[in-house]
Amino acid sequence: MSPTPITAGFLPLLDSILLVLAREKGFAADEGLDLHLVRETSWANIRDRSALGHFDIAQMLAPMPLAASLGLTPLGTEMIAPIVCGLGNNAITVSAAVWDGMVTAGAPGDLAAAPAGRALAEVVATSRRKLRFGVVHQTSSHNYELRYWLAASGIRPDRDVEIVVLPPPLLPEALGSGGIDGYCVGEPWNSIGVATQKGRIVTAKTLIWQSSPDKVIGMRASWAADHPDIVAAVIRAVYRAGQWCAEPDNLDEAARIMSGPAYLNTPPDIVARSLTGWLDIGNGQRTNVPGFYIPHSSAANFPWKSHALWYYSQMVRWGELSATPQHAAIAAACFRPDLYRAALAPLGVALPIADGKTDGTHAQSHTMATSSGSVLMGPDLFFDGVTFDPEQLDAYIESQRQQS
Amino acid sequence: MPHSDLSILIVDENRIRASIIEDGLREAGHRRVASIHDVNEVGRTIAANPPDVIVIDLENPNRDTLEHFFSLTRAVQRPIAMFVDRSDGAMIEKAVEAGVSAYVVDGLRKERVKAILDMAISRFNAFAKLTRELEQARSELEDRKVIDQAKGMLMKSRNLSEADAYALLRTTAMNQNRRMVEIAQSLVTAAALLGP
Repeated sequence: MSPTPITAGFLPLLDSILLVLAREKGFAADEGLDLHLVRETSWANIRDRSALGHFDIAQMLAPMPLAASLGLTPLGTEMIAPIVCGLGNNAITVSAAVWDGMVTAGAPGDLAAAPAGRALAEVVATSRRKLRFGVVHQTSSHNYELRYWLAASGIRPDRDVEIVVLPPPLLPEALGSGGIDGYCVGEPWNSIGVATQKGRIVTAKTLIWQSSPDKVIGMRASWAADHPDIVAAVIRAVYRAGQWCAEPDNLDEAARIMSGPAYLNTPPDIVARSLTGWLDIGNGQRTNVPGFYIPHSSAANFPWKSHALWYYSQMVRWGELSATPQHAAIAAACFRPDLYRAALAPLGVALPIADGKTDGTHAQSHTMATSSGSVLMGPDLFFDGVTFDPEQLDAYIESQRQQS
Repeated sequence: MPHSDLSILIVDENRIRASIIEDGLREAGHRRVASIHDVNEVGRTIAANPPDVIVIDLENPNRDTLEHFFSLTRAVQRPIAMFVDRSDGAMIEKAVEAGVSAYVVDGLRKERVKAILDMAISRFNAFAKLTRELEQARSELEDRKVIDQAKGMLMKSRNLSEADAYALLRTTAMNQNRRMVEIAQSLVTAAALLGP
């Protein structure tokens, strides 16, 4: 049988790696897919072209399927995410001038989120003008994690600073030219900011919320319903790409593939930083960030409904959506652990039993029982010590309303 | 020609294309047409002078930025991407194929905007065609240069007339089922490798 053609949109970001490897290492072909990758220039294009069906599937920001299904986007379209492209991968970078201020304010120079946030709060309080931070899209993991970090550090995101939207490849230059003072983005754009614009990485997504999801493979719900076999094949191909990517022996090759002109078009040594977790955070200061990007372990590809609900809680928190049981139900329905399980059960993969979990209670790695044996899960703390229990969603939303 | 009181803003980094669209809209009777090439000006422009319709090219990486400006300034209230109206699927397809997107203020009558987008689509397509033709002409010129060079080499080294050198290149290309320029290029490359 000839392979099934399938078109996927992606943005030049490291965590498009699982889609890229699915194609380049033949995992998609093994599943009978002829996976065609299209590099896009904006998340808006990913969103619209996915909704119009130009893309069958796409690398998406985790909150994007929610925003589309909840009607927050121009083309309100029901979207689902049956697999996650890994955990972490983002960081927050500031300009050299802001970093100088943070050092004066006592920033210790490691990446710990709390002291960095405290130092930034002092810079913000004493600055003569409003600092401006860039994120990549309005309904993005970056926007929500930057806001979470700022708010928990005593900085009101909508009053004390200004948050603007810029596409990832334009952020480093905007930092260098003084258009923005800092940004939250996925790799390699933090490392590029350090390498080319004297930027300073001050904290990372995994240090704000450990083992948290960032990108997903998104698709129209109607298309997925019409093509269950293709969806299952996509899930298996991406899953196996993650497995391959997690092998330390494969890191060099993975970095080389991603550095190519069709993908990141960036030197392999910069690409390798997030894959190894060894970042140059500024001035050649090499720092290891455990779990910076987790492509596979820790059930990284499992679409937890509780994670969809966390993003929903942040949309409510920042005034994009009202808190109603209907909205929460729509948000949770976007993540599809049922499709994930159905596709991977034949491979004998250890599958989480529950659809959701509580985050913020494990300071250490721990084991989780699954359908077949147990899986080692990474720590899952929020840096401010708060717990997110999806069963206590309303209380969580209420407590954040009081904070912000 | 009917005059339109709609204010239209074109956001396009490509100045030539922007002016082609602008001309088209003016010819169609729109008098309030402005274009900007740098997205950083967008925030200021739409705050100072809120447009009814914004036309932007889809390749512009700043669509996310633009949409964020809308939500911040509320200058364009609840902007809707134009090709969004699902009732007109063919129009959506045409717009995306042409590479153009538009935002309109809510409540604007559809037929008033349709003509604007139709115009933008046809001008985008015309521009793309022009660019393609230019590209083709450029590459034909390049081909011609390589063939002339190869011909000159054959004339000199094998003491052929110009017509014979050309015929030799041509028959070789035909025999090998390749384009003449490819044969010529191989010859030029080989000569560069072997030559002094």
